[in-house]
Parts: sequence; structure tokens; C-alpha cells
Amino acid sequence: MTNDNNNDDLMIKATGLTHYYGPQIAVEDVNFGVKKGEVLGFLGPNGAGKTTTMRIITGFMPPSQGEVTLADYNVVEESLEVRKRVGYLPETVPLYTDMPVNSYLKYMGTLRGMSGRNIKNRISEVIDICQLGDYRKTHIGKLSKGFRQRVGIAQAILHEPEVLVLDEPTIGIDPIQVVETRRLIQDLGKQQTVVLSSHILPEVSMICSRVLIIHQGKIVAEDTPQNLAQNLQGVEQLQIEVGGPSAEVIPVLRQVAGVNEVTHRPQQNRDIYLIRVNSGQDLRDEISRSIVSNGWSLLSMHAVSMSLEDIFLRLTTHEEL
Amino acid sequence: MRTIQAVAWKEIQIYFSSPVAYLVALIFLAVTGFFFVKDLTDPFPEASLSNLFFGASLVIVLLAPALTMRLLAEEQKLGTIELLLTSPVRDWEVIIGKYLSSLVFFLVLIGLTLYYPILLFIFGQPDPGPIYSGYLGLILYSGAALAIGILTSTLTNNQIVAFVVASGILLLLYFADTGTGVMGGTWSKLVTEIGMSSHFNDFEKGVIDTKNIIYFLSVTAFFLFLSIRALEYRRWR
Repeated sequence: MTNDNNNDDLMIKATGLTHYYGPQIAVEDVNFGVKKGEVLGFLGPNGAGKTTTMRIITGFMPPSQGEVTLADYNVVEESLEVRKRVGYLPETVPLYTDMPVNSYLKYMGTLRGMSGRNIKNRISEVIDICQLGDYRKTHIGKLSKGFRQRVGIAQAILHEPEVLVLDEPTIGIDPIQVVETRRLIQDLGKQQTVVLSSHILPEVSMICSRVLIIHQGKIVAEDTPQNLAQNLQGVEQLQIEVGGPSAEVIPVLRQVAGVNEVTHRPQQNRDIYLIRVNSGQDLRDEISRSIVSNGWSLLSMHAVSMSLEDIFLRLTTHEEL
Repeated sequence: MRTIQAVAWKEIQIYFSSPVAYLVALIFLAVTGFFFVKDLTDPFPEASLSNLFFGASLVIVLLAPALTMRLLAEEQKLGTIELLLTSPVRDWEVIIGKYLSSLVFFLVLIGLTLYYPILLFIFGQPDPGPIYSGYLGLILYSGAALAIGILTSTLTNNQIVAFVVASGILLLLYFADTGTGVMGGTWSKLVTEIGMSSHFNDFEKGVIDTKNIIYFLSVTAFFLFLSIRALEYRRWR
């Protein structure tokens, strides 16, 4: 599904990415590219394969099939080169709770091959960026969830990686910190390539320049947040209430040209139908006429617009709206 | 090299700031002290450390796994392994770094018992040979025991499991030769050779045999190799 034909400036390129956990398939034939400087969001419900994909990108585990390259280095064969260039914030924000923030950052810096003086300068910078100034010497175990998240981000950006991979960066922290964290990621995205995952749609549309919607291990949609929203607005729904036998009403409604889908939603004694209409078409006239001409009564009709959330749900669940 | 150092140094710092390490040190010194005094209060006291070495070798069966159980199991439990393995660090550097930290701690521990021989040299005329060789044996033996502990810690995220399995392996190796009576000639010989005590006892007696040195070094290398493989295998799970 990679839209780009010029693959030269692709920072990350995944082709035919497939991963199994035992017999269970977690990611199936996923293809995507991330351009340099882009902020890409993986959007999907829990268990969609976001974390698996990110773990493969960061070199934590090799894919069962397919190939991923980062800055033209293969994540399996040239894993060390890849890992030098990636800053990673896993979902659970794993930290050594018995270390003070300062020592922890120093340790992570050394592991990433930074020189002593460089580490020292960068730690002060990173502590400023993540607003950890007052907690330099605090043991990580004593920090609140939000501050741990900041320490997690601090270690991810410490070595100025070319690519930042953030797995659910705002999960489990309070609303004020969520806003701060999003702003921080937006700032970081101005200089670095960022891949982040989330199951919160507004968050992704706010931070990311492009969104991949991933569901059951497959990419189901890929676009900019604006385009996604636009496309989604094009899809319209009509909700009508009809007095008549539903078994007969449904086929008649389906025959109306331009109708995409009809769902029957009985509520108490009322027969409610949801009709999904092809984008841009106004079928109210046709629908009402077809009902009346069959001798049934049209009790109500109104248009239901789809929110981004609805679209997301529609793309990622089989449940009808 | 820097990364090995970084991994080892971090673990050493944690050792010296955690109660487990001090408990291990306490028990080790208490047990070795007990065996040292036992030698001296004998009706026919002997200015030697052979009893102390025996006591130390026995207590290491429990203490080495207690010291190593945390090293990789906790990383897996906390999930910090994810950051460790996505840092530009090779798997063998992680294992060797962790191993070295526990070895350094043990060397400090063994170093703390040096006041026993110093007392002996001040107040008696001990035969220095068995003391030197005994210490050499003790270091080699601890090295092997710690490597076994590293392997079990790599294989699980449960520290208790890592501890019990490592102690079990060590106990089996320690007492292997006591069970050889029921076996036939070749088998009994083989099991005795695999067991640790037969190799350690020579050091205690003052014999430095290359065969025994190679035995302990190969056990160490073998278990460290398995640990590295186990860590690599984690990625493919």
C-alpha cells in the first residue's frame, strides 16, 4: 500500500511484513513506508499488531516473513546499525525502578555508545525538554506515572536518534500530562522521523502527518488525517423509521440506486433502518417515494453524519453502526 | 568493551545498594567463619583452611543463584529487556556484563575472608600451598556456579524459578559423586568427572591440576554460551 514511488527518501520501509506468535498471526503482509521527517501514526484497537510492528522496526525481534529497512539498514541483518538510529519508548515504559533518573539516563547513554561528555550535555538538555529538572536525583520507582513517561521519552531522545518509535505514548497518564506529552511529540516531530501508535483517534489526527489504520494485523486504511476525515464525511447515513413488514422493506430499500447498505435496528415496537449511502448523493427523495409507493408509511427520516470515531470503528470492527 | 563495562557497573551499583547482596555477604561470612573456628577448636587443631573451603563451596550452592537470579529475570519481568535489546548492544555483551558484575561481587566476598589466613599466618605456621590453591579453586568454582545462575535467570522471568533451578543444578553437580556407588564402573567414573566436588577437593588439598582448572573454565564457558544462545532465542519466540 506504499503510495510512494520514489523510495529514496524513505526512512523506514516495510515489505511483506508478517509475524506469527506460534500459530497465531499478529501481523499479516503489511507494507508501508515512512518518509524522512514524517510523523506517522499507527491507529488501531488493542491487539491489532501495532506493538508487534514497532518491535520489529526497533530490532527487538525479527519478523517471521518480509523485510524491514531503516535508513537502508536491514533490521535483522544489520540490527546494530538500526538500533543505533532508533529511540524507542515501549508501551509499558520499562524503567529500572531502583535507579535515580540521572544515573538511568547516563546508563542508557553509555549503552547507545555516547561519549562521557556528550552524555552529560545531552542529559541536561533532555531533562529540560522533558521538564524533569526537579527529579534528577529521584529514584524512578518514586516517580508518578506521568513522570515515568517523561523519563521514558527522555531516554528515547537522549542519543538524538534519526527515528523515534513511541508505542502508545499517552496511555495511562492524566489529561494535563497527555496534552503536554502530545505537544512534546509535536515538537520532536519537527526534527525527527516519528512513528507512534495510539488507539485514540483525535490524538493521531492532531500529531501525525499520516495515519495507518491497522486492524487484525492488516492495514485497512492509509491517508493524512485530513483526507481520512474528508472521505469519512463523504459517507453518509440516513436513519428512517418505517411502518411496514421489515422482511419486505429491506429488499425494497436495497434496490434503490445509490444505497450501499441497509441495516435493521428494531427499537421497542419501532422499525428503524440505517441506510448507508454512496458519498455525495442525496437519496431522501427516492427512498421516501419507494416506501410510500409500496403502501407503507414513512414515520421519520434524518441524516446521520459519521464522526471520525465511527469511521474508525467501521474500518476496524465488523459491527455495523 | 564500554557497553560490557556499563552493564557490569550498573549491576554492581545495584548490588551494593540492595539488601540481597548484603544478606548474601552476611551468610557467606558467617558460614565460612563458623567452619574456620570449627577447625581451630578441634581437639587437634590444624592451621589450615580446608574446612573453610568446604563450607564455602557448600554455601555457594545457595548464594551464587541468590546473587544471579535477579540479573536477567528481572529485566524480563519489568520489560526493561526490551530497551536493553533495542539498544546497540550485542547479546553476548549483555550476558558477559551481567556475569562480570556477579563475579566481581563474589571476588569482593572471597576477598573479605582473607583475614582468616592472615590470622593463621600471624598465630601459626600454616602450609601456604593449600591456602593458595584453595582460593584459586574457590574462585574457579564460584565462577562456574555464577554462570549456571546466569543461564537459569536468562531462561525465566521468575526470580524464584531461576534460583531454585540453579541451586538444583548446583546441588546435583555438587553431590554427583556420592551417588556413584550404585552405578557400574564407567558410569560411576563419568558421573564423578562431571560432578564438581571431585575437582574442587584437589584444590582443597593443595593440588593445582590443569585438568581441574580446565574443568571449571569449561563449565563456566558452556553455561555462558548457553545463556547467550537463550537470550538470542528470546528474540525468535
